[in-house]
Parts: sequence; C-alpha cells; structure tokens
Amino acid sequence: MARRKPFRWHIGVFLAPAVLVYTAIMIIPLFGTLNLSLYNLADRARVFVGLANFETLFGDPRWSTAFWNALWNNCWFFIIHMAVQNPIGILLAALLSSPKLRMAAFYRTAIFIPTILSFVIVGFVWKLILSPIWGIAPGMLDAVGLKFLFAPWLGKEEYALTTLALVSVWQFVGIPMMLIYAALLSIPDDVIEAAEMDGLTGWSQFWKIKLPLILPSIGIISILTFVGNFNSFDLIYVAQGALAGPNFSTDILGTFLYRTFFGFQLQLGDPHMGATIATAMFAIILVGVCIYLFGIQTRLRRYQF
Amino acid sequence: MSRTRTHTGRSIAAHAILLTYTLIALFPVFVIVINSFKSRRAIFAEPLMPPMPGNWDLVGYTTVLQQGDFFQYFLNSMTVTVASLFFVLLFGAMAAFALSEYRFRGNLLMGLYLALGIMIPIRLGTVAILELMVSAGLVNTLTALILVYTAQGLPLAVFILSEFMRSVSDDLKNAGRIDGLSEYRIFFTLVLPLVRPAMATVAVFTMIPIWNDLWFPLILAPSEETKTITLGSQVFIGQFVTNWNAVLAALSLAIVPVLVLYLIFSRQLIRGITAGAVK
Repeated sequence: MARRKPFRWHIGVFLAPAVLVYTAIMIIPLFGTLNLSLYNLADRARVFVGLANFETLFGDPRWSTAFWNALWNNCWFFIIHMAVQNPIGILLAALLSSPKLRMAAFYRTAIFIPTILSFVIVGFVWKLILSPIWGIAPGMLDAVGLKFLFAPWLGKEEYALTTLALVSVWQFVGIPMMLIYAALLSIPDDVIEAAEMDGLTGWSQFWKIKLPLILPSIGIISILTFVGNFNSFDLIYVAQGALAGPNFSTDILGTFLYRTFFGFQLQLGDPHMGATIATAMFAIILVGVCIYLFGIQTRLRRYQF
Repeated sequence: MSRTRTHTGRSIAAHAILLTYTLIALFPVFVIVINSFKSRRAIFAEPLMPPMPGNWDLVGYTTVLQQGDFFQYFLNSMTVTVASLFFVLLFGAMAAFALSEYRFRGNLLMGLYLALGIMIPIRLGTVAILELMVSAGLVNTLTALILVYTAQGLPLAVFILSEFMRSVSDDLKNAGRIDGLSEYRIFFTLVLPLVRPAMATVAVFTMIPIWNDLWFPLILAPSEETKTITLGSQVFIGQFVTNWNAVLAALSLAIVPVLVLYLIFSRQLIRGITAGAVK
C-alpha cells in the first residue's frame, strides 16, 4: 500500500503571508487595471466598451498627440541612458576593478551617493545649479571662457528632456557601475593569468577577455534600465511639474499617466483612460522584457567557472 | 623598465578619471549643503565659497523648522519604512525558505509567480490600487503605504533570499530535525541567523526606494498627517521656491538622514552586490 505523505501544512504557512499580500496588493490590482481599461463611464455607470478606450488613445488626436509625444520622449530618455549611463558605468567599473588601485572603496562609495538621494533632492539640486538666476552653471562656464555655451537648458523645449535624462544618468550611474564591478570581480584569476601569458594586457585584455565575460551583466543592466525608464515619473514631476513643461517637451509615459489618471489643474482625473495608458505601458514593458528574455538572454553565452 | 612606467601612467590616468567623476557626483550635494549655512546675499554673490564667519546665517533652517511640520513627516517616513521593511524581511524570508527547502508540486511555478513582480512595476496597478484602498477605507493612512511597499519589496526579497538559503547546510537542518525541532523552530532559530548578512543586503535594497518614493505618497496618502518626508519636502520647496535659504536648508535636511544611513550600510550594500546577490 502506498503511504501518502501527510500534508505538509508548514509549507503553506511559510508561503501564505507573502503570497497573500503580493497577490492582493500587486497582482490583482495589476489585472484589475488592465481590466478597467476596457470600461468607461456612461451616465455615471461603468459600462463595458471593449477596445474603445484604446481607439481613443491611439486615434483621437486630442489623446494620440500626447501619447505619441510621451512615448517618443520616453524612447529618447531610454536612448540617452543606454548611450551615456551604461558606457560610463562600465568604464568606471573597469577602472575600479583594476588590481592594486588605491582608494577604490572611497570612489565606489562616493560615486554611488547620488543613487541613494531622492528625486526631490536631485531634481531641485539640478534646477538650482542650472538656474540662470542663481547661476552656478553660467558662472562656472564663464570661469573657463565658455559662457556663450550656456542656455537655460531646463526651460528650452529642445534641451529640457536631454538635460533631465542626463541628470537621471548622473543619479543612476552607480547601479551599472556596481553590477559590472561585481561581474568583473567574479572573473577567476586563472583566466586573467592565461590572457597575460598570451600577451594580452590592458585595454586589449578588457575588450577580448573581460567584455565577452560580462555581456550577461550588461544585458541585465539594459533590461533594468528599460523597465526603470519606461516607469519613471518622479524626476520629471519634481523638476518640471505634472505638466512636464516647457510645452510638454519632457512629458513621458509616467507623467502622462499621472495627469490623466489623477487630473491636474482644471482637468478631472479619468481612471479609465488612466488604466488604458497603464495597460499600454504594461504592454511596452512586457514586449521589452520578452525581447530580452527570449531574444537576447538565450543567445548570450554564459560561462561557468 | 618601460613596463613599470606605462603601469604608473595608466594608474594615474585611472585615478584622474575616477577622481573627476567623484567630483561630478559629489559637487551638487556639496554646493547645496555649504550654501544652506550662508546668508541670502552670500548665496547669490559667491555660491562656491564655503560658509565662514562673514557670511554665516542659519535663517534657512529656522524657517524650515518653524514652517514645515518636518518632525511629523520624518516620523511618518520612519514608520512606513520600518514597518514595510519588517514585513518584507519576515514574509520574504518565510516564502524563500519554503521555496528553497521543500520540494513540492508547483514549487517552480510559485517561484516564477513571485519573481514576476521584479520585472513588472507595481505602479502600473495604481488605478486599481487606489480603488482598492478607497473601498477599504485606507486612503490617507500609513497602512495603505505599508501594504503597497510590502508587496513591492517582496519579489526581490524572495528571489535574493532563496538564493542564499540554498547555501545553508542541510546537515545542520537535519540535525535539528533529529533533535525534534519543528520546521518553524528550524527556520527561526537555525536558518534565519545564518542568512543575516543577506537580510541586511535586502534591507538596504528595499529601504532606499521606499524612503525616496514620491508616487504612492502623492496618490494614496497626501494628507498633512500622513505626508512622508519626501512628499513633505517636495511640497515645502514648491511653496518656498523663492526663499532660497529655506529651500537649501530643507534640501540639506532631507539629504542628511539618507546619507547617514548609507554610510552606515554602504559596506553591507557593496558586499551584498559583489557577493552575487544580484545576478
């Protein structure tokens, strides 16, 4: 007779609190929001409208202009991060991981400090520094004879978004630096020694040996940057307000969602259109994550040491 | 001979780059803090001068302490952060233990389900979260924030902690079982103390985004009594935007607690990352 194992209650007890809170506060609302995007108000009652909200969002010029503008701005925000933040992070990590570098702990700690500051601080600090009234930035450019380069960067439509993206890069460069640094440290000494035997040192060693080995970490950083960027809101809100000025030139999906869902000034909040935008963001993030998981991660060769 | 020279040259270049970047990273913070101690005129005339007897002025700090209810905000942030941290660590460790210790049907699936939240940000559910909190009567309470942050922190905590718990020796746990310890005793008295370093890492990772969050306090708890320090300083600075002394003092006051916490925990944070906690 097969003896059934007694039901192991303790497994359930260990799992229950986490699963319950996570399901109730995160998963159900997430799907609730996706579901809500299929409804709208008619005569104060919530009615099912199918995909009509999406038609409005993509088709109605009043909505679609704002949406495509926010989406493009968000892409540009992401491009700047990928092109500036991650290379700088990799460079700093490569320098930090060089053996016998003195004060490495000091550099590491100091460069990570902006990452722990809140967006409120970061946003206002840079607003003050770049402000044409106070003028630390114009004053400093003047000192090196480059004053003509100064412009009120945050106030000009053509510069504001790039400036904010660079501020965000300044804030978060510590994360790629740390992750790459950890990956570089985990490369075993034998591999490095073998490379040195073959005459590979310095930069050629970095390009030919270390970089291929840290590609998986670079992949992870890219997807983290992607999710973070398409979900960001705080920095723009703090620096430019919910209207993402000047003239919506810094509007990204997060601020667009906030304005729509919560309302601002005279416009009333609209939970259904808010849910629709959140669903669109969900789809974008999901597509990005899937491209990473199935298209990139499976092709990267992982080395086991 | 030439080899050592290139080596020195390279290390000088490395220091030069790192030092430059360190200056870029610290300069804005430095400027804010030194100017917060200066008089209004000195702030504008010589923004880069350190505070000295001639330009020393604490008017910014006195304004902040009189106007804003910063102590209350600070207390709110503290309550929310500590309570969420407690639940994330406790529930996260329990779930991680179940996933890493026992083999049961659906183990892998449960692990994937909990890991979903690492990639999908909880903010996208905001619309329904607000409706949920309204119907539960939890709007403008700290409880709402604690619940949300607990849910937000759990996926990463479970993921990191279960990696660590796999490395706890089976012999130890089996010895405990032979001695007649219950599974709960094994978890609380044998396993938890051993993964304490991993818990500290998770704590730091969980704490920073909670302390700094603006989105959920703005939407779920914007009332005066429940404002967190992040939201409170945002509102305060918005109102006092022309009073530069007050703005700079408020910014400095907001920087200091995080900075102190970071300097205390930075070794832990870096050790956690470099130990492969985040893969």
